[in-house]
Amino acid sequence: MSAQEVKTEGAKLTVKDFQTPHDIRWCPGCGDYSILAQMQRVSPDLNVAKENFVWVSGIGCSSRFPYYMDTYGFHGIHGRAPAIATGVKVARPDLSVWVATGDGDLLSIGGNHFIHACRRNVDLKILLFNNRIYGLTKGQFSPTSEKGKKTKSTPYGAIDHPFNPVAVALGVDTTFIARTMDRDAKHMQLMMNRAAAHKGTALIEVYQNCNIFNDGAYEHLTEKDQKPDTTVFLEHGKPLIFGKNKDKGIRLNGFTPAVVDLSSGQFTADDCWVHDEFDKSPVRATILSHFTEMEDFPVPFGIFRQTTKNTYDGDVQQQIDDITKSQGKGDLMKLFTSANTWEVK
Amino acid sequence: MEKDVQVLEDVTVRFAGDSGDGMQLTGSQFTNTTALAGNDLSTLPDYPAEIRAPAGTLYGVSGFQLHFSSSDIQTPGDSPDVLVAMNPAALKVNLRDLKKNATIIANENAFDSKNLKLAEYETNPLEDKSLEGYNVIPVPLTKLTHAALDGLTLSMKEKDRCKNFFALGLMFWLYSKPLEPTIEWIEEKFKKNETVKEANKRALHAGYGYGDTTEIFTTRYEVEPAKLTPGLYRNLSGNEAVALGLVAASHQAGIPLFLGSYPITPASDILHELSRYKNFGVKTVQAEDEIAGICVAIGASFSGSLAATTTSGPGLALKMEAVGLSVMTELPLVIVDVQRGGPSTGLPTKTEQADLFQAMYGRNGESPVCVLAASTPGDCFHMAVEASRLALKYMTPVILLTDGYLANGSEPWKIPAIEELPEMKVTFRTEKEGFFPYLRDENYARPWAIPGTPGLEHRIGGLEKANITGHVSYDTKNHDFMVRTRAKKVKHIENDIPDLEVRGEKSGDLLILGWGGTYGAITETVTRLLSKGYKLSQAHLKYLNPMPKNTGEVLKRFKQVLVPEINLGQLAYILRAEYLYPVESLTKVEGLPFKSSEIEEKIISMIGGK
Repeated sequence: MSAQEVKTEGAKLTVKDFQTPHDIRWCPGCGDYSILAQMQRVSPDLNVAKENFVWVSGIGCSSRFPYYMDTYGFHGIHGRAPAIATGVKVARPDLSVWVATGDGDLLSIGGNHFIHACRRNVDLKILLFNNRIYGLTKGQFSPTSEKGKKTKSTPYGAIDHPFNPVAVALGVDTTFIARTMDRDAKHMQLMMNRAAAHKGTALIEVYQNCNIFNDGAYEHLTEKDQKPDTTVFLEHGKPLIFGKNKDKGIRLNGFTPAVVDLSSGQFTADDCWVHDEFDKSPVRATILSHFTEMEDFPVPFGIFRQTTKNTYDGDVQQQIDDITKSQGKGDLMKLFTSANTWEVK
Repeated sequence: MEKDVQVLEDVTVRFAGDSGDGMQLTGSQFTNTTALAGNDLSTLPDYPAEIRAPAGTLYGVSGFQLHFSSSDIQTPGDSPDVLVAMNPAALKVNLRDLKKNATIIANENAFDSKNLKLAEYETNPLEDKSLEGYNVIPVPLTKLTHAALDGLTLSMKEKDRCKNFFALGLMFWLYSKPLEPTIEWIEEKFKKNETVKEANKRALHAGYGYGDTTEIFTTRYEVEPAKLTPGLYRNLSGNEAVALGLVAASHQAGIPLFLGSYPITPASDILHELSRYKNFGVKTVQAEDEIAGICVAIGASFSGSLAATTTSGPGLALKMEAVGLSVMTELPLVIVDVQRGGPSTGLPTKTEQADLFQAMYGRNGESPVCVLAASTPGDCFHMAVEASRLALKYMTPVILLTDGYLANGSEPWKIPAIEELPEMKVTFRTEKEGFFPYLRDENYARPWAIPGTPGLEHRIGGLEKANITGHVSYDTKNHDFMVRTRAKKVKHIENDIPDLEVRGEKSGDLLILGWGGTYGAITETVTRLLSKGYKLSQAHLKYLNPMPKNTGEVLKRFKQVLVPEINLGQLAYILRAEYLYPVESLTKVEGLPFKSSEIEEKIISMIGGK
């Protein structure tokens, strides 16, 4: 059966179509619930037949996600979701393939598969649930845990330097990179919709709270009173302005960013760095990606960068189509006899 | 000068030189020409792990052995009749393998003080009479090659490189073979470099002419075409055969072939071959590592391809968690392990059969997979088809074991008619009514419902599955049931495979029972001993899990059973455990196949005289 023949018939899809009857087994209050809810909310409108969605995951709390989406789903093994998903997508470019993964799964044990999926630009949508902790194994530090963090396996504080997933993704020229947070439903839906519309690897890093083992990790970014001063929301063509009273901006002096006061009259919005989502150069997006490590800088949310590149799955198919066209459809007997042959009588 | 022509029944030739001397190329050209001439043949390439080891050293010697015959043969030959030694190191390394009165054609120009020292010779063996008893023919190969290339604008180094074609030309003359197939090959290979093309052709002709005119050679030889089963033949290596088998299986199944793989010696050629077959719709992904190689294949299997992954021992070790995943998700998957010397990196370019335990037991939990083993290079085709058939029919991973010897060795392969290939058409589940991901058919196989099928959306994964529904289940009784069911499914395959056949007397004093790549050496030994009047029988296992239903019964019909293996007795161990039969083990782990003389010696020691 070819996938092209498959059509969804009947009524328009709704949120309910993507809910499974199974009990959800995340801890009450977990940020994962919000991610699931937003995904179920946007899915009906992605213009994809329900049977053409495939959710692939690895291991960890986040990787239970496919069980709760009523689509085709594959709960893989630790770290390997990008590889399994690559197989699904390359074999069947007609499918819409999504990956649910966490900071331990994608960035530690699955680091290699992550960078190579991004490098190849396989048309996958990757949701990275980043809670900066190992939840399912009950509380060890993760590759995104901050230095000095005390956990079960680091009673005297973590010595590891943390990973910057956005910077890594930029380093392998990922064609769509965004960040959102569990507590901002609207923004997350927007990012999901934009990722779905992107042709190529799309990474969405979701700052997600683990209320059991790392509660409050992002409180300063998500709580109403602090959020305006600690975050900056990236919008294409708009200046980087933040603060409760929109009184702070980011200026770029050469390659050096600076937070400037817009209330003193020295600088105006016109002096600020204007975000270009489609910037051909990765330099500005890379600077943005390092705000998380710079004191007094807001944490950026939104699309860091999106570019256009041939997809791996598309090119694999294209090569097959081109060669089949030039050489003709393969004939098994011709293949058997393609070497020198001789007849024994 | 008129030369005698002597007809021989079979000849074993070994080409040996530096790993940069083109010995593998020379050997394979000689093989192709010999095959086209209708001889039966068997080859054994033997090369170092280093691509270009320092010239002249003992560890840099690369060899290619070819046994060709006018009758049916099974092995690359125990001991060469002829050695072509391109330098002193090649002579030194290979001398001990030669027949007593073997012919040694040596490039005397390479026997200078530097090379002699590198080969740890104190005096020149071509001159010091240490080779007495051998028929030594020193040929100034380098000088003659240079002379033949006189006038061509090539550096000395480039001219040096043509000397393998001189040697090849000389051997073609000696064994009365035509030059045309090699000339055609040179024309095609060097079509973009006129000078190199001309040089290689000249060297080839010069070698041939040298044999004809020099007085050193008084006799040339002829090996008549073999009387093989009538049909159309080609020469085929084990790796090529696996590739063709997978393409054939995809054709028969009616679904596309997908290969996820990572380069590893000696399995990479399967990836190379399959990468060429785009117009068969074959998708190949050279993944970022071994684990990704199998995981992309699992993803492709989930979505409806005939999926395969190819590797060698260390790669299989890396893949094992994912093999377990395909056991749990009950997805069809063909895993080809071209065994090499282990453990760890081991002997990457040498052969071994020591991954049997790994294939059978190398996973966490009760994780049964179907395990098959090919017995000859050509049989790799049939077993790749069979592995695919069983994987698809029973929704299970199947490990196909080949080895470095089968993979790189080649033999004439009778090309099958498409109608002779097994029926294995796949039908995906589309019916919504009564669909459950783990509801099994009469073969215990679960339905294959692929993404894109409306109404059959379901989730699978590595967590234990509830019987029938396939939901995640931590129920302990259910786990016990599912563990037993997965085992039962694989065991049930025994009803779908041929019985173990016994060659010779069906019962008696001694059965030689082998598996995989030892088939040739065992068969040759048994044939020889039978013709001498010894009483013994032979059987060969190609299905290791499950084994043929009659295996235990066959064992019990013999007073003694000898199991030769290129490991420390892995099959012997399994047979003893499974059938409580005290088989005798013959083992060797030298990175090389058995010589039939080694098996013969053991047999004689077990049964004494006739």
